[in-house]
Amino acid sequence: MLIPHPILGPRDAQEFTYLGDARLLERPDGLAEDAPAAFHDYVYLRDNPAGVHRELWYHEHGDRSWLVVTRDTVTHEILGADLVKGAAS
Amino acid sequence: MTYSGFRILAEALRGHRGWRPLWRDPDPQPEYDIIIVGGGGHGLSTAYYLANVFGQARVAVLEKGWLGSGNIGRNTTIIRSNYLLPGNQPFYEFSMKLWEGLEQDFNLNAMVSQRGVLNLYHSDGQRDAYRRRGNAMILSGADAELLDQGQVREMYPFLNFDNARFPIKGGLLQRRGGTARHDGVAWGYARGADRKGVDIIQNCEVTGFLIENGVCHGVETTRGTIKAGKVGVAVAGSTGRVMARAGMRLPIESFALQAFVTEGLKPCIDGVITFGAGHFYVSQSDKGGLVFGGDIDSYNSYAQRGNLPVVEDVAEGGMALMPMIGRARLLRSWGGIMDMSMDGTPIIDKTPVDGLYLNAGWCYGGFKATPASGYCFAHLLARDTPHPTAEAMRLDRFETGHVIDEKGVGAQPNLH
Repeated sequence: MLIPHPILGPRDAQEFTYLGDARLLERPDGLAEDAPAAFHDYVYLRDNPAGVHRELWYHEHGDRSWLVVTRDTVTHEILGADLVKGAAS
Repeated sequence: MTYSGFRILAEALRGHRGWRPLWRDPDPQPEYDIIIVGGGGHGLSTAYYLANVFGQARVAVLEKGWLGSGNIGRNTTIIRSNYLLPGNQPFYEFSMKLWEGLEQDFNLNAMVSQRGVLNLYHSDGQRDAYRRRGNAMILSGADAELLDQGQVREMYPFLNFDNARFPIKGGLLQRRGGTARHDGVAWGYARGADRKGVDIIQNCEVTGFLIENGVCHGVETTRGTIKAGKVGVAVAGSTGRVMARAGMRLPIESFALQAFVTEGLKPCIDGVITFGAGHFYVSQSDKGGLVFGGDIDSYNSYAQRGNLPVVEDVAEGGMALMPMIGRARLLRSWGGIMDMSMDGTPIIDKTPVDGLYLNAGWCYGGFKATPASGYCFAHLLARDTPHPTAEAMRLDRFETGHVIDEKGVGAQPNLH
């Protein structure tokens, strides 16, 4: 798979490490009253969709940036990639 | 129709005109006591034990495609009970005991072959860890032997013992482990369930659940609405998308696992060998092909195929372990979808919806668990209490902190 890095252009997916669902960027408030339940959902539960999935890839053997890659989990087609800072949440 | 040597002889004299299909192809009835979603290994064994052990007659198995078309037909056929943790090992040893009596139980040749599973170690630390694991196995009633380098060399002289980085120092051997004919397992369970009146309904996809006020009353399918007192879901890699139809998010992600087989070769590996310094395991099929595999592809996938980086990784593991494998030509490779749980351990439990039960999270160890998974799920469905060996496989263990993390890598499914 080639990941279209927004700065470096198309890069081999082997240069990256995969973390998982990009919802991991939406960390719950640790001081909120429902924090234990919110953190259980955050750490353990996943949508795990068959289809379009926004996910975090780390360019470990490259510029060490975190990307949000939009990819189809059924076809492996990559639909886009953004740097995490500029990624729409 | 019972299989026996006499039967084969009699059929040979009659021109084999007496054989009949192993199971019926019924249309769904409007209502059942129990519906099993998923006609793979675990779903079929659940139905088999429901009908044969727990006395449930009005049972249906609903399968989206054809019977056994998922991971039961796509695995590397290894059976073993060499786990470490208390929540796991007794369950897998229960499964091993069921394997040992399986063919007599369901009267079909599943080619269960206890040819031995050998896990190699490459350092003093790994040896100590295997000694501990072996002791845990023995405590659960399983067998385990710690071998030194000389004993391993005697069994498999062709291994790369003097690899500069990962020399083979010995191994943990479970002689009762081995392989089984995966399709035969599906056929045996299907036939045994069908004979007791279970309806196995193929080409029938569950499209929704009938849930009212937190109680499940049945399922919507491509072949109409079917009511049921209880619904059990055992759909492995499809767990995420099926349970989403019941409005549930789960501690599970789906990944592709690849497996490989070479051209047929003369007999050279009479057991199962796993490499301790990488992820690589190999055995030889009765047709002569070397069957092997390694890690999952690291990203979420519902495609029943993988990508080249993992093929390279598996090939490197094979070359490091047994350089002679480089002379064999790869015949086929394939992929299956694994329901990777957040701690690497399965779930056999009720769900927050009354009447809806879940059997999932098998990661890439589902095949060896097929008999116990079905038995324990049937126990739960029939009696509403967990089987003693599956009590720890709870859905709420992530909330309560009672995770069963064999590998100790945390909530990162692609690392289990």
